[in-house]
Amino acid sequence: MMLRNICRYQRQFGQVIWPFSFPQGQHVPSLSTHLQKAKYASGTTERKKFYENVSIAQGGLFEINLDKRKLKTPGGKLFTVPNEALAIAVATEWDAQKDTLKFYTMHLTTLCNTALDNPTQRTKEQMISAALKFLETDTICYRVEEPPGLVELQRNEWDPVMNWIEQRYNVVIGSSSNIMGPQIPEETKETFQQHLNSYNLWSMTGLEYVITQLKSLVLSFGLIDRHLSVEQAVVLSRLEEEYQIQRWGNVEWVHDYDMYELQARTAAGAMFVHLSSESTAVKRKILHD
Amino acid sequence: MAAVTSPLRACRGILKELRIAKGSDYRNTLVYKHVLEQFRRNQFCRARMDALHAARTYLCLLTSTRMHLRLHERYHGRGDRALEEVAGLVGLRLPTQPGGKGWET
Repeated sequence: MMLRNICRYQRQFGQVIWPFSFPQGQHVPSLSTHLQKAKYASGTTERKKFYENVSIAQGGLFEINLDKRKLKTPGGKLFTVPNEALAIAVATEWDAQKDTLKFYTMHLTTLCNTALDNPTQRTKEQMISAALKFLETDTICYRVEEPPGLVELQRNEWDPVMNWIEQRYNVVIGSSSNIMGPQIPEETKETFQQHLNSYNLWSMTGLEYVITQLKSLVLSFGLIDRHLSVEQAVVLSRLEEEYQIQRWGNVEWVHDYDMYELQARTAAGAMFVHLSSESTAVKRKILHD
Repeated sequence: MAAVTSPLRACRGILKELRIAKGSDYRNTLVYKHVLEQFRRNQFCRARMDALHAARTYLCLLTSTRMHLRLHERYHGRGDRALEEVAGLVGLRLPTQPGGKGWET
């Protein structure tokens, strides 16, 4: 558990999501990429806020303008989002920056960049099968055998979610307390696969992100299906930490720090999924501003 | 954080976060107008629950980002010490190299 906490803290600067996984002093060859490096900077040097006003513009898709400049992705593409709500939320992230740009607080922007650039060239099918594979190591499915307080907590808090998802999707998942983990039946995987197929590429990117953050497919479904709030999902994901915190005390600069970061990222991921799956009925609106 | 169960509380929470982030100017922002419009629009049962969940999620995003940043600044803001300072901690000094280090561009 401590290891997980440390890993999460380290991850702050070595974030898995592009573009902040660039190592220090990476040699960037071409001229066009010079611009992207200048805009997003490296992991530790900070970029000053170089604009005053943030606005959105619509040309089919929605764009973000920083003063007169159009926002681009780290890969050099024009930054576009499919609907106004997401555009406004991203614009707000840029608008909220003070003197320096803190990209690690701009989670929606990061998710959009990942979806637009797709630097690792992943297909939807790959993401779906990765998600299904994750089910085998789902946090909710792994039960401890001791201490009894934690065993009971897991039973009281996780069983209801397990019941919910099994009922909602008419599947069997089960849990296990041995190192091999639960045996997930094939029918269960097929059911989830069908369901995940209905997601588009952007939503799937968001969902994958949420699953990675919460370390649980079950909890992610609970959140996306609006059965759980973000706060609830995060508490359930961190159940063992919460148990230890109750026993041994809270350390603000580790526990709260981790919790807020996890909440922020998970909330962003959930919003991203919901906004990306919205039907394009929103494009009927013409911008007045 | 107390559970935010009513739309009114969620709305107020979001507006408060916007005010913290933007200062007195927050009413002029796109996001303010968008949030108010969303809250006015969603009256029907199913859409209302979905909208409430969305509102709570956004409120969580704003609050958590702010709290995370605050803790970050408080505990991790200082960054690394300069190399000279680190050397000085153990009583050493860095050598001077007038020509610059060979590998620096």
